[in-house]
Parts: sequence; C-alpha cells; structure tokens
Amino acid sequence: MAKVPKPSELLPGISYQPPAKGWMDVKPDFRPGTYCNPAAPKWMEWIGYPYPQARSIPDNNWGLPDNWQEIVLQGMEDRLDRFRSLKVFFDICVRCGACADKCHFFLGTGDPKNMPVLRAELLRSVYRRYFKKIGRVLGEIAGARDLTEDVIKEWFFYLYQCTICRRCSLFCPYGIDMAEMTLLGRELLASIGLNIDWAMASVAQCYDKGSHIGATPQAFKDMIDFLAEENERITGITTTPSYNRKGAEVLFVTPSGDYFADPGSFTLMGYLLLFEYIGLDYTFSTYAAEGGNFGWFISHEMGKRLNSKIYAEAKRLGVKWILGGECGHMWRVCNQYMPTYYGEPVNFLEEPVSPITGTRFENAKVHKMVHISEFTADLIKNDKLNFDPQRNAHIKLTFHDSCNTARGMGIFEEPRYIINNVLPEGNFVEMPPNTIREKTFCCGSSSGINASENMELRMQGGMPRANAVRFVHEKYGVNHLGCICALDRATLPTLLEYWIPEVDVTGITEMVGNALIFPDELERTTDLRDRPLVGFEEAAEEDAEEGE
Amino acid sequence: MDFFKRHFLVALAAVLGLVAVAYVGSQTKLQILFGVAVPYLAALIFVEGLVYRLIVWARSPVPFRIPTTAGQNRTLPWIKRSLDDKLDNPDTFKYLLGRMALEVLAFRSLFRNLRTELRKDPDNPEGARLIHWSYKWLWLGAIAFHYAFLVVLLRHLRFFTEPVPMPIQLMEHVDGFFQFFVPAVYLSGVVLVVAAFYLLARRITNPSLRYISLAADYFPLFLILGIGISGILMRYVYKVDIIAVKQLALGLVTLHPVVPPGIAPIFYVHLFLVCVLFAYFPFSKLMHAPGVFLSPSRNMVANNRWVLHVNPWNYPVKFTPYLEYEDKFREAMIEADIPVEKES
Repeated sequence: MAKVPKPSELLPGISYQPPAKGWMDVKPDFRPGTYCNPAAPKWMEWIGYPYPQARSIPDNNWGLPDNWQEIVLQGMEDRLDRFRSLKVFFDICVRCGACADKCHFFLGTGDPKNMPVLRAELLRSVYRRYFKKIGRVLGEIAGARDLTEDVIKEWFFYLYQCTICRRCSLFCPYGIDMAEMTLLGRELLASIGLNIDWAMASVAQCYDKGSHIGATPQAFKDMIDFLAEENERITGITTTPSYNRKGAEVLFVTPSGDYFADPGSFTLMGYLLLFEYIGLDYTFSTYAAEGGNFGWFISHEMGKRLNSKIYAEAKRLGVKWILGGECGHMWRVCNQYMPTYYGEPVNFLEEPVSPITGTRFENAKVHKMVHISEFTADLIKNDKLNFDPQRNAHIKLTFHDSCNTARGMGIFEEPRYIINNVLPEGNFVEMPPNTIREKTFCCGSSSGINASENMELRMQGGMPRANAVRFVHEKYGVNHLGCICALDRATLPTLLEYWIPEVDVTGITEMVGNALIFPDELERTTDLRDRPLVGFEEAAEEDAEEGE
Repeated sequence: MDFFKRHFLVALAAVLGLVAVAYVGSQTKLQILFGVAVPYLAALIFVEGLVYRLIVWARSPVPFRIPTTAGQNRTLPWIKRSLDDKLDNPDTFKYLLGRMALEVLAFRSLFRNLRTELRKDPDNPEGARLIHWSYKWLWLGAIAFHYAFLVVLLRHLRFFTEPVPMPIQLMEHVDGFFQFFVPAVYLSGVVLVVAAFYLLARRITNPSLRYISLAADYFPLFLILGIGISGILMRYVYKVDIIAVKQLALGLVTLHPVVPPGIAPIFYVHLFLVCVLFAYFPFSKLMHAPGVFLSPSRNMVANNRWVLHVNPWNYPVKFTPYLEYEDKFREAMIEADIPVEKES
C-alpha cells in the first residue's frame, strides 16, 4: 500500500491553481494511493457482470473489449433516452463555476477535474462529439472530443473521485446533479468491464450471501449474538434478538457496518438495548441482512437487485412494516428509489404504526419503512424512554449530517432531538453553519471508495469535513463526532485518526444505549465501549491495576 | 495558442465577424435581407428550435424522483418545519411552486453561494485551514444581468406596438428616471452592459473559471455585449432615426415588412446580433432558461415515502430468491437455530 503523506505535508501541498495545459491535454496521474484497484474477475462472474478479467492500472492493461467504443456510445444513447436528468444536465450547464469550490475532492486535491463542472465536462465532451451536430463539426472548439481509451481512463479516475454527495447540486442554479452523472457514467464503465474491486466485492458478497461483508447466516447470527452478550456483560440486561422469525411485527434492517466492526457495533448494541427496553416485536433477517447498497454505487439496476431482497423478505416473514437503521446511502436508496424500484404499492405491509406510542408514520404510508431516528424521536417525545444523560457526560459531541440523509432525504431534526435528550446540556455543539445540514461535507470515502489502496485520496476528500471538526475540537473541546451513517462509522474513524486523532466517532443510538435506564440493570460504571463514565474513572483505574 | 486563448479569441472573432457582416451588408442593397429576411428567419429558428429541444427533453422520462433536499423533510407532526424547510424540501405542490418560483425569479440556489478558501493559519498544526464565507457577488451579477435583460426586452415592445401600452410606457419612465443625459439614460441598458462585463471579467480573471470556459461561454457574452453597446451607441451617440426604425419593426410584426430608407448601419448591426442571439439560443447553453423548469432535482415534490413514483421503464431484475439462498445454507442455518422454510 502506498504511503500516505503526513497531514502537515498534505495540506500545504494543495494548490487550486490549474495547470498551464488545457484540460483536454492533461492525462490523469494514476499515482498509488489515489485510485481504487479494478475489480477481480470472480466478483463480476458472481453477479453476471460483463468482461470479467484481471486488470492492472500500473501495467496499463485495461483489457477493454474490442467494440468498447460502440458499447459506451450505445450505452450513452440508451441512458439519454431513459433519463431526462442526463439530457438536461448535459445541455444546460453554463459553467458558472458555482459548484467548483463546493466539492470536497476539489478542495482536498486541488485537481481542477474534481470541480463538478469539469468532472461533468469529461462526459459532456463525449456527448457533444457524438450526439450534437456542432460538436461533430467543430470538435474541440465546441468543447467536444473523441472517445479514446485515455478518456475512458480519465472517467475511471474521476468518476471514482466523486462520492455522489450532491453538495454541488445544492449550489447549482439549475440543480445539475453530478451524482446522477457519476452514477450513469459508472454504469457506462461497468458496461465495458471497468469496476472497482472494493465496491464489486461488496456487491457480489451481498448478492450471494446477504451482506457486503459476506457473512453467512450463522456468522451473521454469531456477530449479533456476541453483541447481545456484550450488552449483558456491561448492563446486565439480556437482549434477545431473533432471526428470520415469521410473524414478528417489524423487520429490522441495518447496514453490515453496524455489526461488523467498531464503532458501528456499539450502535448495534444500542439498537438491541432500545428494542429490549420497549419490548419491540422485531426480527433480523439473515437474508435481507444488508441495509446498505453498494449495488447502487455501480448501477441503478444493481441497486435494485440488492434492494429487492428487503421487501421480498418482509413479505415472506409476514411482518407489518420495516424499521431501518442508521445509514446514509441506504436511506437515499430507500427514500428516493426503493418504492419506485418495487413499482407498485407495497400492499403486503401495513402503514407503520409505533406499537409503543401508537403514532402512525403517515409520511411512510406507501413506502412502509421507518427511520430509526424518527422512531426513537417519537418514543422520546411520548416519554417512553428513561434516560440518564450523565452517562454520556464524557462525550462532547458535534453532529455530522451524512450527505445522503441530508440532501437525498432531509432528516436533520430527529437526530438532534435525540442527541439533546441523551446528552447532558451543553455537551452538544454544532460545526460552522456552512459545513452542516444541507451544506454538510462528505466523509470523503462514500460511494464504494472506502478501500485501503486509495487512502491518500480518502484523506484528501475528507479534509473539509475534518477541518470543520478540528475547529469545534479546538474551540469547544469536542471529542466525539456523531452520525447516523454506518459508512461514516466505517470511514470517519480513519479520517479523524489521520487529521484529529483526539476525536472519536459514534452513532446516535449508541448514546441512546448508554443513557437508557433499565429497572433491573447492573450499576453502570462504563459506557458500551467499556470506557469509564464520568465519576467512575478511579474505579476503572483500580480495575486496570488489579488486572496488571 | 493555449486552450483559453483559442476559445476566447474564436468567440471574439466570431462576434466581430458578425458585426462586420452586418455593417458591410447594410450599406449594400441587401438591407431587405438584414432588415426583413434575417429577423424572420431568426424568429423561425428560435421558435422551432426551442420547441424541438423541449420535445427532445420531454421525450425522456424521469425514472426516479430525486429532488435535492435542502431542509427538514416532513416526518412527525411535532417536528417543526420552517418556511425555509418547506420551500427547500417541498412536500406539497404548493411549496414546490414556491421553490421553483424562488429558483427562477430570485436565483435561490445561487443566493446560497459560498466561497471556500485554504488560508494560512500558523495556529493550525498543518499550517492552514479552510474557511467558508457567504459570497453573493455572483448572485448579484447574475440577477442584475437577467433582470436588466428582461427590462430591456420589454422596453423594446414600444417599437412593436402602436399605441404603446400603458405598462410599457410606465416602465420606460421608471427606467429613465435618472435624467442625467439627453435623451434620458435607461438604467437597464447600463446595468446589462456592466453586469455582462462582470460575468466576462470573472471568467477571465478567475483561474479555475478560465480553465473550464469554452468558446460557447464567451460567444453569448460577446454577443450580448455587442447588442448592448450597439444599442447604447445608437440611442445616445448616433441617434438613429427612431421613426424609421419603428416603421420597420411594426412592418415586421404586422407581416407587412418595409425597409424605410435612411436607417444608420449601427441599427443593422444591432438587429443582426439580436437575430443571431435568437437563432443561437435553442442550440446553446442559453437553454438553461427553459431547462431549469425541467431539472428533476428541483422540480419534483419530495414525497417519495407517501406517493408512489412510477418508473415507466422499470423492469424485473435478477436477484437471489430466498429459497435458493436457504438451499445453500440450510444445514448451517438449522444448526444455528435459524428458522427455515424446509427442514431438508
């Protein structure tokens, strides 16, 4: 793995001055650390994707099929016919540049092709050349260029330096959405065999076994049972998750990040405690074991293929409705795509009603799926949860709005409402207003690029987010970054370890789990991570000494 | 010649060429061409081109409902949604209309614009930090430019109407309120030219913008500057024969075209550039004007979870059915006490 330069080397090295040569003449610099490895053939074979073959970027062996050009152009034509967004976004950009300094990858790399406007031009220039008379006739002066292998390489490089976060689309006076073009551009790349390994492996595993991490049903159960045991050890409360249980009222779906690794797993412990506390009649599914959807990062079709399992499983188990865990892109897909993927009203489920409070989630009456933050906020509002916020007194929190739940859904208040209820007063501060809510910055590693071989790029892309965290860390002593996204919990710890090691990452439901007071619990001296609570530090030290 | 110069100079040369063509042409016997044929042709191309492009766009469906949400969505009734939330994340058609109206009439998204810069900061361990601040200049330039253009356009209706309707007269009056010159200077014309210069200047001076700008970005700016400047010259310097111009304009709209003698060449330059602008419109980035109405990230109600959006080309996809999955893992599932459909 390529060595990542130190923060003090990386940051001052960023320059926003574009190169002297025109952008059509500059080729991407495939420097180790800045790109993702191409997908191994076996993953593509598992899901029936075309042109599986071992490829190597440094060896310049891209193994494109003979008629790759024809495939790409035909693919572009098909997509122009199927997506009005693509036609309109290709035709109406005025290159005003409002999007330029909004992209975290541009801010982090200084590479002008990471300005959304220019990233879009990489695709648009080909569109003009083959689908517009003026481009066909005038060529470069009309902003058109031939579709060459170099252009394909450039697409591969830059379309995987876009995390589909839509910050550009927020600021665009016409709402031109780079995310839409990136998704469709990635579809074109996939049609000639170019995919990235990290995303493709996750997709294939999810398709084959049920989750991105490729957990078998028994492994899935083991992991969650283990977290239930951890809960019991720390709180004395037995949580009893069930799996594939027919007749449960609710199917709970969450991303694999929540049961696979820390700190996501602590959030899952929080879910288990919360559901136990309220006596929710719910089940996990080992088949629909993945809330996240890396398929959507590769193509609309693959997104649907992975997503389809959720409704299918809800139907098989005969649940009434679905509860979704904390996740960003999962909720972009579940909110903006899932009902449309399904294509008809989901009649086998019922309009979600909270069995504890009786609240009808009318906003989900067609979709039949409720966000855990909505669900928890409703419980708190109806006084169903008893909290001791002091148990979170060691947490000085700021909240990271995930791009997808921010700009692809708009869930801002619920997590903040929960935070304010489970933290002592004054322990929650916001980052600067231009970096949160709808203007939030991406973690820099979403959309399937949270691999390890592109670590330098990830640290660059996450720089604007880390920079805002540093601000509140220094000003207010913030030591935790909260989020409602499993991908954030997978990627932000790495980012913060690099930029501001003093700050940890936590899910919101983890803090709910910390604060919940059960009538028959053990005396709590630590949080769910075994860290001493405020006032119990000495006890923990003594324990540690005894241990030695 | 580098990329910037090539694109800049080609656009400049094209507009200067058009000026020359009109100037020379109008002094020959081709006045009927420049005064009548070209305007009719331009109008035809504009309308047909516009309709054609709109049909091309509309023929493609909108498969997914993908509004860019910029405010709290509709969830629980007690979660407060401010007016901003409702307009930036519209849950009903009413608020969608509000969002579109703000976008089209007030350039809402551009008003949000920020500048982000990496500043040196010795207190920071990396020696620098990002700062973000509200940056409204682009919004101001754009809104001045577009509204000035609109006023100029409407004001020109006085050439095409007899008698001139009251609202147009009133607008002229207001526009020429600051009477510091004879004839009274129309503010809109000045604003239009100044704003166009600003838009051009930022394109040239900002290195990132210069890097991405194409001839297609400079050309309309030069064209509009040409139109504005020729218009101003005509009114304040060369004092073109207004009666004759109005005769020509009325002739065009009443379909009884005449070319009165004695109109100065500068008028034909002005008219020709306007014609080119209209004819160029449907084939260019100027289509952002109708395009913004068709942008799926702005023109859709964010009601995905309670109103089904149907994708007309939705098709069944292959995914592993549950039983196939169970077949693969049955034994292990039974051993792990996970319920199964079939025991063997």
